[in-house]
Parts: sequence; structure tokens; C-alpha cells
Amino acid sequence: MKRITLSDKGFDLINTIFLLVILVLIVYPLIFVLSASISDPQAVSSGKMWLWPVDITFKGYERVFANDAIWLGYRNTIIYTIVGTAIHLFVLLPCAYALSRKELMAKKLILWFVLFTMLFNGGLIPTYLVVKSMGMLDTMWAIIIPNVVGAWSILVARAFFQQSIPDQLVEASKIDGASDFYIFIRMVLPLSLPIIAVMALFHAVNLWNQYFNALIYLSDRDKYPLQLILREILVVNQMQLNDPGGSAESLVDQVKTAGLIKYAVIIVSSLPLLLVYPFVQRFFVQGVLIGSIKE
Amino acid sequence: MKGVKNDISVPAQSKFDQVRKNFARNWQIYVFLLPAVAYFILLHYIPMYGVQIAFKNFFANLGIWGSPWIGFDHFERFFNSYYFWRLLKNTLILSAYQLILFPLPIILALSLHEVRNRIFKRWAQTLTYAPHFISVVVVVGMIVIFLDPTTGLVNRLILFFGGDPVNFLTSPDWFRHVFTWSGVWQTLGWGSIIYLAALSGVNPELHEAAKVDGASRLQRIFHINIPSILPTIVVLFILNIGSFMTVGFEKVLLMQNNLNAKTSDVIQTFVYQTGLLEGQYSFAAAIGLFDSAINIALLVLFNSVARKVSDNSLW
Repeated sequence: MKRITLSDKGFDLINTIFLLVILVLIVYPLIFVLSASISDPQAVSSGKMWLWPVDITFKGYERVFANDAIWLGYRNTIIYTIVGTAIHLFVLLPCAYALSRKELMAKKLILWFVLFTMLFNGGLIPTYLVVKSMGMLDTMWAIIIPNVVGAWSILVARAFFQQSIPDQLVEASKIDGASDFYIFIRMVLPLSLPIIAVMALFHAVNLWNQYFNALIYLSDRDKYPLQLILREILVVNQMQLNDPGGSAESLVDQVKTAGLIKYAVIIVSSLPLLLVYPFVQRFFVQGVLIGSIKE
Repeated sequence: MKGVKNDISVPAQSKFDQVRKNFARNWQIYVFLLPAVAYFILLHYIPMYGVQIAFKNFFANLGIWGSPWIGFDHFERFFNSYYFWRLLKNTLILSAYQLILFPLPIILALSLHEVRNRIFKRWAQTLTYAPHFISVVVVVGMIVIFLDPTTGLVNRLILFFGGDPVNFLTSPDWFRHVFTWSGVWQTLGWGSIIYLAALSGVNPELHEAAKVDGASRLQRIFHINIPSILPTIVVLFILNIGSFMTVGFEKVLLMQNNLNAKTSDVIQTFVYQTGLLEGQYSFAAAIGLFDSAINIALLVLFNSVARKVSDNSLW
């Protein structure tokens, strides 16, 4: 017999209100930025615009799309993300698979070799000196290589392989004369698409959003990823958005559009991820869950 | 019998033979390890070896190996400097502040778990995860916009209610609150995923039995749900402790300015400043080493405490 008591109903009500308050606090800033990006800057800075767009204008986006630095940063970020994710998978997957095979000797030793990097690392300065001595300063590799793969990802992918690749399958193929290369590429990888997607997505999001490696390793502006350009526009307030030809815009107008550009640039840089993730959310959640399996 | 190979009947092989045979048969598996092993050696173990510059006077032309040893001079200089206590205090307070808010994602997970309407639950999850996908640069950019002393929304609200505008971003008093709570905004939903998963594994029979005994929803949360996910909580707490001294300094660096440096100067930003901006590699490496030594000590300490009192630990 299910009995919904009065206190149960009260609990549901309070719980729902609690969640709604949290949702509003989390979502409101996002909606505000989105609305502000297409509203008249005057309305935004005077407070007339507080939720929905007022006096819709796309001037901010026009300015963003007319800006070469932003385009170049966007292009660089896309390249770094794609190349970096490809290398990530190339390093991660074979290693995690090998660590999942029981015929691997000295497995404990290799696992410790990997895990120890989680516990201790050389730190900022020694890492910087190594990257520098390898000649990667001011190249794409300085963005990609220092964080190619983490011990955590290897553990997660290994756990997946252990659970979902049947031993008999591999052994039978080996008896049939298949090499480990063949088995890995033609049989294991096609069976492992979920974990490949999870790992690729996690890494791609990190690459897309990171700025620090670029900050310390790059000095050539043409190689800046989007996040460094954003840092200049949003945080350091060093805008180089004025038309070089010397526009007729007054200083007041320039300050006004400067605000508008900030909102538009936030949307332009964040929207790809915010639009994509709800559709691949289950992969992300899966990744967190496999990662939580304790060994 | 001739011609029949049977592993069981083969006389005991020497260890060396076994290794050789395994390698001959499975050498490709070892090739699989090569890219990762090369990466960890080049970008983790060589920098670890490079940590020795903390005990040396590093000269670029002499290299890591050739630079002269000077022992603990850099550490002494750091411990005796006037900014040492300020850096340590700022780092500890900022970390402790974040650690106090550690239960918030747990509370969100417990609350989401009680929602019966599936569609509402799904939407709530998707929306609370969203900030996780926004970059730290954009988050700080949004902080700058919302807290602007004249045009920012927060200050307009303060004015509306008759208060005086606050310049949050240049105020040492406000730095810690702004830093920590914007972090809560960004990580609250994402942090709850793991607890939600743990909650979905709670044995429903426990709840049925408790219902029969007349336990209320709140009682069941406290006496069934929370104890059931306690192992998860402990493990994540220890993991958090392991990065206690790191304090998300990439965000601190973005929010830092001369005016709020009194509270925003933390050990890691100091390492960045002295090492990479001023080129005092050895001194900065020593400070970084001090920082990670504390991290490891805390991790080991809390892990052993957790193992003693609750049977849950990382190792």
C-alpha cells in the first residue's frame, strides 16, 4: 500500500522549490549574457534589459565576426583541439588496452609508473624548462603535448577494456593467427566506440577551454588560441577592436560597442560546447561513472 | 608425447625462458605501451628529475645537471621572506573555504534523487551541468561583467535597494567570496553526477523496510541514503585534499590584480610570477616543490585517517 502522507507532500514541495531556486541561480547569468548579446548596449548598461532582449541588434556579432584576431583564434583552437584529441587517443587507447591484457608482464610496475605521475609531478618550472629544451616554445605542440594524457584516463579506459572485451575473443583470434595489431584495430576498437567517444569528448573540452599552456608557451599572436584572445577582451580589457582605418565612431560609441562585443564573444566561444553537450551528455556521465569504479 | 605441446607437461622453465617466450608471442602488446611510456618519461619523469634545480643555482648555459648545488638556500630564503606567511595564509584560507563547501554537490544530488518527475529531473540535470562546459576565462569575464561597479547587475541591485556600490574585483575582502562562489556556480551540477550514480545504487529494500517502520522521507535520506553513499564521499574528499594547495590557480591568476593581491596572492601564482615572469627558475621551483610536498603529505595523512576510521580509502 502506498501512502502519500501530508509530510511527504510538503517534502516534495520544499524540495522542488529548492531545486528551482538553484536552477534560476545557475541559468540566469547564461540567459542574461545571451539576451545582452543581442540587445541595445544602452538598454543593457542602463538596466532596462534584465531578462529578455530589448531593442534587438546584431551589431555585437557583426563586430565579432569582423575581427580577424577572433577568427584566427577560433581557427587555431579548432586545429589544436582536433590534432590534440587525435594524439590523445593514439597515446591513450593502445596503452590502456595493453594494460588490460592479462598476458602483459610487469603490469603492476607499469601501472605504478603511470599512477605515480598522479601523485607527484615536477611542477610548473621544471615542466616549462623541459618543454623549452625540446624546442616546443611558440609552437602548437606546446599546447598539445604537455597534457597529452592523464593517468586517470588510462585507468578509466583500461577498466572499460577489462569489462567489455571478452578474453575468449582475443585468445581465439590469436589461435587463428591474428596479430595483436590486427586484433586491436579490427576487433577491439570497433567494440569500444563508447569509451573512445567519452575520452575524445573529455579531452576536446579541456583543449577547447584551456588558456594557461598558451599563456606561458606562446608569444606569437598568430598562434594564440581563442581563449587567450578572450582573456584580452574579457579580463585584461586590452581591446584592439577599433577599425585600423580610423572610424567615424566617437569614443563614447566605442565604449558602448565594447560592452556589446563582450557578450557576443562569450556566446560565440561557448555556444558550440553548450549546444553539443546535451546530446552527448550520456557519454560524459558514463565517463564520470566508469572513472568512479574503484580498483 | 612427441609433436603434442602441452603447457602442463612442459618441465619447469627458467624465469628467463618464460619472459623470452612471452615476449616473442606478445611483443606487439609492449609496442602498444611505447607512446604512453615515452610521454610519461619525457613530460613527467624528466621534469621530476629536473626538480633538483630547487637545490641548485640554475644557469641556463650549464643546464639542469651542470648547475652548482646550493642545498636548501632557496627554501630558507622563501621561509624567511616577509611574503611567506601571507602566501601560505592566503593559500590555506582559499583552500579551506572551498573545502567547507564540499557538501554542496552532495546536497544537490540528494535533492535531485528525490524528484519523482523524470522530465523535470532530466532538465534540472542538464541545466546544472551547463556551466561546467564554459571556460574559466569566460567565467572570469562574466564575473567582471556582472560585478562591474557602475554597469554591473549586482551593483545596480545594491543601488536599487539603497546600498553603496561595491568594487568587488579590486577589493581584497571580497576576492575569496567571489572566487569561491563563482566556482560553486560552475562545478555544483557536474560534481553531483558521481553522488547521483552512487544514490541510484542504494538497495530499494532498505527504503521499503524503513517505510513499513514509518520513517519519513527526510529520515530515510539521513539514515539510508547518506550512509549508503558515504564510501563515495570519503574517497572524493581524500582526492580533494590531494590538491589542497593547488587551489585552481589558473582562475586566481585571471582574477588577480594589484589591488586585491593582499588576499589573492597564493603560492602557485607566486611560482608563476617569480619563475616565468621574473626568470628565477631555481627559487620558483623550490617554492613549487614545497607546495607539492604539502599536497602529498596531506593526501597520505588523510588517506590513513580515513582507512582507520571508516575502512574507505584510496589505497
